[in-house]
Amino acid sequence: MSSDDHHKKEVDELSGTETTGHEWDGIKELDTPLPRWWVWTFYATIVFAIGYVIYYPAIPMLETSSAGISGITARGELEKTMAAVGAEQAVKLEQLKNTPIEKVAGQEELYRYAVAGGASLYKVYCSQCHGSGAQGAAGYPNLNDDDWIWGGSVEAIYTTIAHGVRNEDDEDARLSEMPAFGRDQILEKDVVRAVAAYVRKLSGQDHDAALAEKGAEPYADNCAACHGEDGKGNRDLGAPNLSDAIWLYGGGRDDIITQINAPRHGVMPPWLQRLGEARVKQLALYVHSLGGGEKTKTASE
Amino acid sequence: MTAMDDGSAVTTFSAEPVNSKENRSLYEARKRIHPKRAEGFYRSLKWVVMAATLGVYYITPWIRWDRGEYAPDQAVLIDLANARFYFFFIEIWPQEFFFVAGLLVMAGIGLFLVTSTVGRAWCGYTCPQTVWVDLFLVVERAVEGDRNARIRLDKEPMSASKFSKRFTKHAIWLLIAVATGGAWIFYFADAPTLAKDLFTLQAPFIAYATVGVLAATTYIFGGLLREQVCTYMCPWPRIQAAMLDENSLTVTYNNWRGEPRSRHAKRVRAEGKLVGDCVDCNACVAVCPMGIDIREGQQLECITCALCIDACNGVMEKIGFEHGLISYATLAEYDTNMRVSGSQRIDVAGDIVWDPASIDPEKVRPQESKLNTEFKHTGLSSFIRPRTLVYIAIWCALGLGLLAALFMRDRLDINVRHDRNPLYVVLSDGAIRNGYEVKILNMKLEPRSFRLSVAGLKGASIWLAGGQDTAGKSLKVDVKPDQLKAMKVFVRAPRSSITAQKQGFQFVVETIGGQENETYEAQFVSPEGVVK
Repeated sequence: MSSDDHHKKEVDELSGTETTGHEWDGIKELDTPLPRWWVWTFYATIVFAIGYVIYYPAIPMLETSSAGISGITARGELEKTMAAVGAEQAVKLEQLKNTPIEKVAGQEELYRYAVAGGASLYKVYCSQCHGSGAQGAAGYPNLNDDDWIWGGSVEAIYTTIAHGVRNEDDEDARLSEMPAFGRDQILEKDVVRAVAAYVRKLSGQDHDAALAEKGAEPYADNCAACHGEDGKGNRDLGAPNLSDAIWLYGGGRDDIITQINAPRHGVMPPWLQRLGEARVKQLALYVHSLGGGEKTKTASE
Repeated sequence: MTAMDDGSAVTTFSAEPVNSKENRSLYEARKRIHPKRAEGFYRSLKWVVMAATLGVYYITPWIRWDRGEYAPDQAVLIDLANARFYFFFIEIWPQEFFFVAGLLVMAGIGLFLVTSTVGRAWCGYTCPQTVWVDLFLVVERAVEGDRNARIRLDKEPMSASKFSKRFTKHAIWLLIAVATGGAWIFYFADAPTLAKDLFTLQAPFIAYATVGVLAATTYIFGGLLREQVCTYMCPWPRIQAAMLDENSLTVTYNNWRGEPRSRHAKRVRAEGKLVGDCVDCNACVAVCPMGIDIREGQQLECITCALCIDACNGVMEKIGFEHGLISYATLAEYDTNMRVSGSQRIDVAGDIVWDPASIDPEKVRPQESKLNTEFKHTGLSSFIRPRTLVYIAIWCALGLGLLAALFMRDRLDINVRHDRNPLYVVLSDGAIRNGYEVKILNMKLEPRSFRLSVAGLKGASIWLAGGQDTAGKSLKVDVKPDQLKAMKVFVRAPRSSITAQKQGFQFVVETIGGQENETYEAQFVSPEGVVK
């Protein structure tokens, strides 16, 4: 230690560095200065912080934070991003609105945009009833298959989505109602059972042949008008095909009897008012693309 | 610098090995090293290696390689945007990256081989740090002069001439640094296009950022930090040193012929005392870019650049002694030579080491001015020994394996993913339909048509989404050159062919013409109750 040292700091002999002057049980600590690059970086961060506080919202106030001269806010940035995305989409949606739905498939890029958008719209608005994979459930049609109650062309699907089914909000909603043959005592109990057996025969399932024989006549009198002589159904009337392997409310004997006695009628809300024409087109094209979509029938066909 | 007192032409340097263990304190600030220019065989070899490595680095991206109209014509291109790597006649897709991994393993084994034979040759000759530091030193010498001029300049107060020298040096360094960073990005895009964009400020920001970052690291590492990178930042010296053995070449001061050293050999000899070959001129210290004294033995800092060998050989020539007072030698040779020189082994703090004080110059030079013929010098034996042969064998096996894999690899591939939701769809006629995403990879640089079909599923038909009316036993798929085509495919199987709820079958893709085909094992899923 030099005698003219003002601070009387001890200098370590080995390293030539000052000690902190403290001593703990004989152990002293070197007061090694911080590396200069570190100190300058530290000063630089302070300078940066001052600039930051001035430029960005930074200081917490009672209600909100200081505004900062930049006027940047996270919410404002989100709004800008959303507006930019919206503006980009608006062009495509306008294009979609102006293109007849059956023509969209011919424009590859527009079609891809429509189907991709339809897929995400589907998850928000449709998956609650029809399932995340559009696989449906009892009472909610499977949209992947090739059996369509109201038609599987892209226009028919569009109409169904746009106006819904049996709702009271849209006067153009798909509407059909099957009489409650049992509850309203139109048919006797045993006749209902016979008709059910006949329906199972129509769809090629195992059935009581004698009972089915008895059901043929009441079927022709009461059911064929809508479901057809051969049970193929009638899409104009929303009368399901009874001769195929797909059953909305089940194809078992009891399921069919229950349905004849007191039919359940599914309801679907209209979407045109809520989503607009372009969005409904997107949904229709997506549903049509799931695998069961049918071709648009042209006049010549 | 003083002349030898015996009047010989050898100059002595007052060079201090700043990084010598004794001089280096952990608390000390860095001392600048001013390596003197060396001349000799190894320096020439290093110029050649430097020219070759820099040449390869700067020129490679500009080499053109015609791949036809469907692929870039740059010989070496890492096309990140399209996930392709081109290397002359080889094109690698991302899933073939194991070729690159294999090359890296080969590089690792190669490093073992090189290190076990010629020591830290990577450090001394080919490491970019060494090459660029050499390049920066060339500039420094050209602008500021050689060692002594630079030492003087360092001590001078700042003046206009000092400032202009410093400014010129740093400006050229920065230019080299920018060119280094600039060359790097050409590996990732079409070089001529990017060069034009770069100079017209049209290039993407990431290009400038990359150039900036690499220019900064080149300037800082090559110009400012230099030996500090090797000694303090790089893990390589530690790893490489661990791979050396007693048969690996290292730069060695042969103290069996150098000691006892003397600057006044003639006078000492006249006094009847014995002296070794080392005239203690410090030339080896003056040229060392790492700031060590090789005469203190192997040190972590030594990158084996061999410049001290050149410097020493020059001195030996002047005083009429054989080359090789400092030489590439193995520890085994050194031990033999120490024994021949009559040196005794002593115990220093638990280690058995040679005692240079016991060297008998009579045994070193039994006949005046001729070295003992029993001394061992490096021959082929240090290159060919079991360890190196094993490395060579592994290296060759890997290389041949990779080559075989390269020439046998498929240029057609198929990947299939089953739809997860729904797993199956019952159709109105009772048949089951499954959906798949099928990807066909056409890895050839030409457009090709393939036939995609289903095998192992009786009565199955297949069609592309939206093309149900084309359903059939197979479908034709056109895939663009060097592209992957992803498509939604439906497969329908009649109920009669369903034998299990989960049923295996194959997607088969083949070129039309049938030279190439690939098969994918897929599953066909049916609802419960279909199989009775």
